Amino acid sequence: MAKLTFKTDRCKGCGLCVNACPKKLLQLAPDKINKKGHHPAEITDQDACVGCAACAMMCPDCVIKVER
Amino acid sequence: MAEKVLMKGNEAIAEAAICAGCRHYFGYPITPQTEIAAYMAKKMPKIGGCFLQAESEVAAINMVYGVAATGKRVMTSSSSPGISLKAEGLSYMAGADLPALIVNVQRGGPGLGGIQPSQSDYFQATRGGGHGDYRMLVLAPASVQEMASLTVKGFDLADKYRMTAMILADGTMGQMMEPVSLEFPEAEKVEKPWATTGTDMARPHNIVNSLFLQPDELERVNFERYERYAYIEANETMYEEYLMEDAEICVAAFGIASRVAKNAINEARKQGIKVGMIRPITLWPFPVAPFAAAADKVKSFISVELSMGQMIEDIKLATSCKKPVTLCNRAGGIIPSPEQVLEAIQNAAKNGGAE
Amino acid sequence: MAVVFDKPHALADMPMHYCPGCTHGIIHRLVAEVIDELGIEGRTIGIAPVGCSVMAYDYFNCDMIEAAHGRAPAVATGVKRADPDKHVVFTYQGDGDLASIGMAETVHAAARNENITVIFVNNAIYGMTGGQMAPTSLPGQVTQTSPYGRDTKHCGFPIRVCEMLSELEGPEYLERVTVNSVANIRKAKKAIKKAFQNQLDGKGFSLVEVVSTCPTNWGMTPQDALKWLEENMLPYYPLGVYKDRSAEEGDK
Repeated sequence: MAKLTFKTDRCKGCGLCVNACPKKLLQLAPDKINKKGHHPAEITDQDACVGCAACAMMCPDCVIKVER
Repeated sequence: MAEKVLMKGNEAIAEAAICAGCRHYFGYPITPQTEIAAYMAKKMPKIGGCFLQAESEVAAINMVYGVAATGKRVMTSSSSPGISLKAEGLSYMAGADLPALIVNVQRGGPGLGGIQPSQSDYFQATRGGGHGDYRMLVLAPASVQEMASLTVKGFDLADKYRMTAMILADGTMGQMMEPVSLEFPEAEKVEKPWATTGTDMARPHNIVNSLFLQPDELERVNFERYERYAYIEANETMYEEYLMEDAEICVAAFGIASRVAKNAINEARKQGIKVGMIRPITLWPFPVAPFAAAADKVKSFISVELSMGQMIEDIKLATSCKKPVTLCNRAGGIIPSPEQVLEAIQNAAKNGGAE
Repeated sequence: MAVVFDKPHALADMPMHYCPGCTHGIIHRLVAEVIDELGIEGRTIGIAPVGCSVMAYDYFNCDMIEAAHGRAPAVATGVKRADPDKHVVFTYQGDGDLASIGMAETVHAAARNENITVIFVNNAIYGMTGGQMAPTSLPGQVTQTSPYGRDTKHCGFPIRVCEMLSELEGPEYLERVTVNSVANIRKAKKAIKKAFQNQLDGKGFSLVEVVSTCPTNWGMTPQDALKWLEENMLPYYPLGVYKDRSAEEGDK
């Protein structure tokens, strides 16, 4: 049981978190655009997340908070 | 009367700095001011201070920048070519509003120039030296006593106005030995809430910085700084007038040149020539008022300088060119003789002031 | 549920100006995490450089000073010596700042074993000014000022800072790390922590070189930039500890 919280408007859509996730649970939201004009990162299956924080560690902008 | 000790000008600066509470000195060897570094190297470790020989003048001034950012009194000293290298740091310190004392024991230039005394860094000192709109307080001692007292004054003014103060001396003043009193007036303590000494988790972080990417913000800080400069011009100008009450000819000279000029003036007075002198002690702010007042009384001015004529421009500005100003100068490390200055005074008297 | 990962306290809660995927943000966070873990935010003073990270002074909650280009180690020397017992001082510098214009300040701070921590971000290019050749640009690397590729016959070879400084007697600790993967980010943090701990222990000059990317000026996606880093930079700039005096002396 883990929970990811995204500061969506801080996301620059670089996608480093997407690649970092060992379970491939993240994506750049194809149908959303944040204040900065980027497709922000989001989690596709929160229930499958184990809270390893790999995504958060790879994120250059501290967008992701991880709880477990 | 305070007890006096016989000291070299350069050593007087160093000892006065210590008296003023300066415990950090950074420098790089250059003639003719090495006694300051040598004195500090000997003294600082014994009083819990820090003397550090930097790898360059550039590094030295940036070490000064670092200590100044923490709010502690700090100084560096150098001579002309070294001051050119420090110009970068002086501009950054102006931009970050940091106080520090800089000593320039001038030698002849440009380039490597020579190692004999000169006053040819007047422009560099009074116009800032580095890039951007800024000023430095520039103090010009004319005795070993003033080397000491203006050093203390320089620290006080630098702290008070958050800017660099420069002692603009020359090789002769540095090497000269005279009796000095090391008792100085106590200055008001200046709080430095802006200093970067660690937040102690008790306040928002302080930032020492000269970068302002928004033009309106950069303009604002420049205007604020110049308001401070205007206040300094109105309140901190220092000069000495010598035999000016009835003078028809006004000699202008600072530092070593003023000592030579005084001898020549005394001799001219014996010959019945009504000549006096205005000696600027602060070169910035320049004593505009006494020169402006003198312009209404005297027939002409003579600027005595160890340069190709730099202060003469400020005299012309201060007097709005109301009266002729002639230059009596030597350059390249040579000091004008009293005879040369006397001759200039005699010529001015003969011509009724006009050249 | 407990928070297992969030922004460290020492990092300001504000957006950073770095380009998408720029690893500066990761390195900033690692420095801030270490400051948090060591409990030194209140006595730390950071020195920002000139270059992409010029505005780092806004991003850390500790006191910060902006230095002239390349002069951060000299400024840090002043700050450290102003109060050696209290002040914890770090510089954060790029390759142009540290290895080109500021090389003298770097070498001499290392030679003095100045008790400071240096975070050296090497991304083989001048980022802020738009992608010019850096002292660490690789042979053949195309930049704005080496448009036909860095010609070593014309402008020489890139400088390996850790290797060069390791020849000095002075410095305490030199390590090269990277942040291209979670595993390497963990190692980088360990090195940064050691570099701060060394200062707290009075051991002296500790420099961590972080091999980094510049997706924008390399002209790549952030993912491709990490791949380019692995394939091109790491062979020229091998990761590892180049000097650890205390450990070496401990071995004897």
